[in-house]
Amino acid sequence: MFSGVSFALESGEALVLRGPNGSGKSTLLRLIAGLLRPDAGTVRLEGGDGELTIGQQCHYVGHLDAMKPALSAEENLQFWSAFLGGGKTGDALCRFRLGHLAGLPAGYLSAGQKRRLSLARLAAVRRPLWLLDEPTVSLDADAKGDLEALCAGHLAGGGLIVAATHLPIALGPARELVLDRAGEAAGADA
Amino acid sequence: MGCFAAIVRRDLLLALRQGGGGGLGVAFFLIIVTLVPLGIGPDLKLLGRIAPGLLWVALLLATLLTLDRMFHADFEDGTLDLMVIGPLALELVVVAKALAHWITTGLVLVVAAPGLGLLLNLDEGAFVPVFATMLVGTPGLNFLGAIGAGLTLGLRRGGLLIGILVLPLFVPTLIFGISAVTAAITGPAPFGPPFMILAALTLGAVALGPFAAAAAIRANLQ
Repeated sequence: MFSGVSFALESGEALVLRGPNGSGKSTLLRLIAGLLRPDAGTVRLEGGDGELTIGQQCHYVGHLDAMKPALSAEENLQFWSAFLGGGKTGDALCRFRLGHLAGLPAGYLSAGQKRRLSLARLAAVRRPLWLLDEPTVSLDADAKGDLEALCAGHLAGGGLIVAATHLPIALGPARELVLDRAGEAAGADA
Repeated sequence: MGCFAAIVRRDLLLALRQGGGGGLGVAFFLIIVTLVPLGIGPDLKLLGRIAPGLLWVALLLATLLTLDRMFHADFEDGTLDLMVIGPLALELVVVAKALAHWITTGLVLVVAAPGLGLLLNLDEGAFVPVFATMLVGTPGLNFLGAIGAGLTLGLRRGGLLIGILVLPLFVPTLIFGISAVTAAITGPAPFGPPFMILAALTLGAVALGPFAAAAAIRANLQ
């Protein structure tokens, strides 16, 4: 898929992955999360809990929302919070303006609302590393602002973010990694 | 342990809300059991003699019908991705899901079986042995089925393939389930030994199935 990709992130830094379709942005995120095994090379998280894998210390928000249509928005989020070892979910729903939809089955939510519900996991459970794959797709301007505010808070608290996106997103002190079509890292630091 | 309980609770709630799994299995079970007497004619003695075997075979087929649902929805909506990297070992995720699947399908079929036995003129002394053997045997079927469900993950017509992969694994459970029932009705061999072997088969499946299923899921997600 790609080779020669190398980067290091400090605490409180964000990395934005850019590149054309098929250049391997999602693959790189899945690789960091531990969903794929690299053919060569390593991914390390320093200063974390040595007993846990990176997957257990990160939030992975992929293309799919991982929400069950038959459960309400709140039940969905409560499940993920219980599974991932988080706390109460009410605040997280409110941060993404879903408080009034808490009791509605997730199947009735629009694409943007489902996306917001999926992103509410970030607020419900504390994790040092966030891996975001096209997080702003189908979000409106308000929701995008909510996400950017949440990310800024996470970075200010010393967290790490790696986000793949085509759309402009303001992540505060962000560096950029561009993957070209052949899948090789072309540039860094922006 | 909180994560384990969370998965079981969510799967039970989903089965309750969506229906499908258990109800579909019971309907299929009922159809087989009502079709066979139509096919072989109204010979009550003959029906009574083949009833335990027929119930067991119908149970296997009905179980098979529900298996492809075990991981499929979670695979399609991205839930499985998060579970694979999550805080709970994937093997235990499989245990939680197979357990919830058994409660919502296997257990429902077992509870329905004595009622269906009436339709087949099941010998009255056979009701308890049939119920007991099925109660002990079905968890093993679900845990073996998890292997098939894991292997066929992401295949569009996976249901048929699961049958081919998993039915051979069901054979020992079928054999010892039936021999325990036969021993209880006609003797002369005692009910105990085949029943114990049936229980051992289930325990073996519960112990080994999750490892095989988890390996299959990992391989499919790569």
